[in-house]
Amino acid sequence: MADKVLMKGNEAIAEAAILAGCRHYFGYPITPQTEIAAYMAKRMPKIGGTFLQAESEIAAINMVYGCASAGKRAMTSSSSPGVSLKGEGISYMAGSDLPGLIVNVQRGGPGLGGIQPSQSDYFQSTRGGGHGDYHLIVLAPASVQEMADMTVKGFDLADKYRMPVMLLADGTMGQMMEPVSLDLSVSEAPEKPWATTGTKLARKHNIINSLSLVPEELERLNNERYAKYDLVKKNEVLYEEFLTDDAEICIVAFGIAARVSKNAVVTARKNGVKVGLIRPITLWPFPEEVIRKAADHVRRFISVELSMGQMIEDVRLAVNGKAPVELCYRVGGMIPTPDQVLDAIENGGAKE
Amino acid sequence: MDFKRITLLAGHYGSGKTNIAVNLAMLLRQTRMRVAIADLDIVNPYFRTKDSQYSLEQAGIRFICSEYANSNVDIPALPQTLYAVTDDRELTCVLDIGGDDRGALALGRLAPAIAEENDFEMLFVVNFYRPLTQTPQDALDVMREIEAAGHLPFTGVVNNSNLGDETTPETVLRTAQRTAELCALSGLPLVFTSVHRPLLPALEGKLPNLIGLDLQAKIR
Repeated sequence: MADKVLMKGNEAIAEAAILAGCRHYFGYPITPQTEIAAYMAKRMPKIGGTFLQAESEIAAINMVYGCASAGKRAMTSSSSPGVSLKGEGISYMAGSDLPGLIVNVQRGGPGLGGIQPSQSDYFQSTRGGGHGDYHLIVLAPASVQEMADMTVKGFDLADKYRMPVMLLADGTMGQMMEPVSLDLSVSEAPEKPWATTGTKLARKHNIINSLSLVPEELERLNNERYAKYDLVKKNEVLYEEFLTDDAEICIVAFGIAARVSKNAVVTARKNGVKVGLIRPITLWPFPEEVIRKAADHVRRFISVELSMGQMIEDVRLAVNGKAPVELCYRVGGMIPTPDQVLDAIENGGAKE
Repeated sequence: MDFKRITLLAGHYGSGKTNIAVNLAMLLRQTRMRVAIADLDIVNPYFRTKDSQYSLEQAGIRFICSEYANSNVDIPALPQTLYAVTDDRELTCVLDIGGDDRGALALGRLAPAIAEENDFEMLFVVNFYRPLTQTPQDALDVMREIEAAGHLPFTGVVNNSNLGDETTPETVLRTAQRTAELCALSGLPLVFTSVHRPLLPALEGKLPNLIGLDLQAKIR
């Protein structure tokens, strides 16, 4: 096995994308994800790939659209305000059934906000983010290793379902350094007979388009897309359970919030509190089944988030009134401490 | 180990320059009265010497850093007090240069005065476990880029190879050969090998010129 390397989360995303066969990166710098672009700028020219710093985020996502149409693995990355700008292009990709990877290394908002970590783009990511009926597959890594693993998985899922995938990280995950193994399980991109690669006078034209002016036709396309989403929901849900078997209190947290929460769970267990953690790894599709089942024996849920409470709505939908769901949160670039989460476990979080 | 009046630390970003700079300033302060640390990073808004300002000033070390460091105002700025580094020749200085060639650009401003006085050591910090400096040749390329941007030649190499929490003595020992190759390629001496302090006993006697590092905890 090759040596591990010491990488920033942002670098791990970039290198994993290259290993996954992505040779086309289009981006625009923004803290705290700039290292992705910087890494690509150094690496892509050496391996015959394309690094392009676009004139804006909007241009970059449309370059991904074009590149994906030609059947290539393409990606872009940004942080919260930049992802808002990409919203239109992401919707067009969804409407054209195009695969591609969009990375959001979240920072505090709304507006220009700050440069410290946040998870307040949960709604934007899991509800689509742009206009129209669509979903993205949303992957939420919680370590630098997972940043690499999820990047590869993201490209695979995007190709498998012909839809855009979002890797949703945060400023901490992007900036922190951890040892990483780059022995990633990489699969070849599948054949893409739909891509605009030239007919060579041997087949009909392929057309990539999200415009559909006949309402009956547009309705059919939407229904077909949602049938595909049902398959994703059935096949691709990922989560981690930690000490949930006998849990009377259950934390639900993803990404950096899950790491903090895990520390608190370990401490609370030492204090004799029966508490566990469910960590959604896919935020869409959301692991509602495991939470629904946990609600049979859990007396109280706590959603730990770096937002004013966004994922908590999905937790409540899954719990469906069987137990109270409380919120433990920090925002604006602040991160809950293990002590704060421990306090929420032992004395209750904010209630509604 | 003997140190010049000015010690500059430069290298690939994430190689450990800032942590070494802080530790080195502390080390120098044990034998010298007037020590300063200067932060020349204009690239990275995170992980700055500013995180250690409290402990540095407690130790009696003068702290020279942009007002904007760690303010989340993400703009490249240098402090006006930076000129103390070249004007005050009684001051022992440790300079923390930003990562890569882009980070070293800010050094160009001070380089002529530092070169003219010629009482400096410019150290190339390398971690062979960083993805873009895994081979001696890759590290040499980064070294040359930094020299071109900073207008000052390196005078020595610091091996700071580590895998974070997973670093073992063996992790460090395995990079000795690559460090020797980098020294041969560049014609520069290995000035010291730095390791997290708890690893020192296991490496003592196996590597020359070891320095133990304390990790810098952020104190607000």
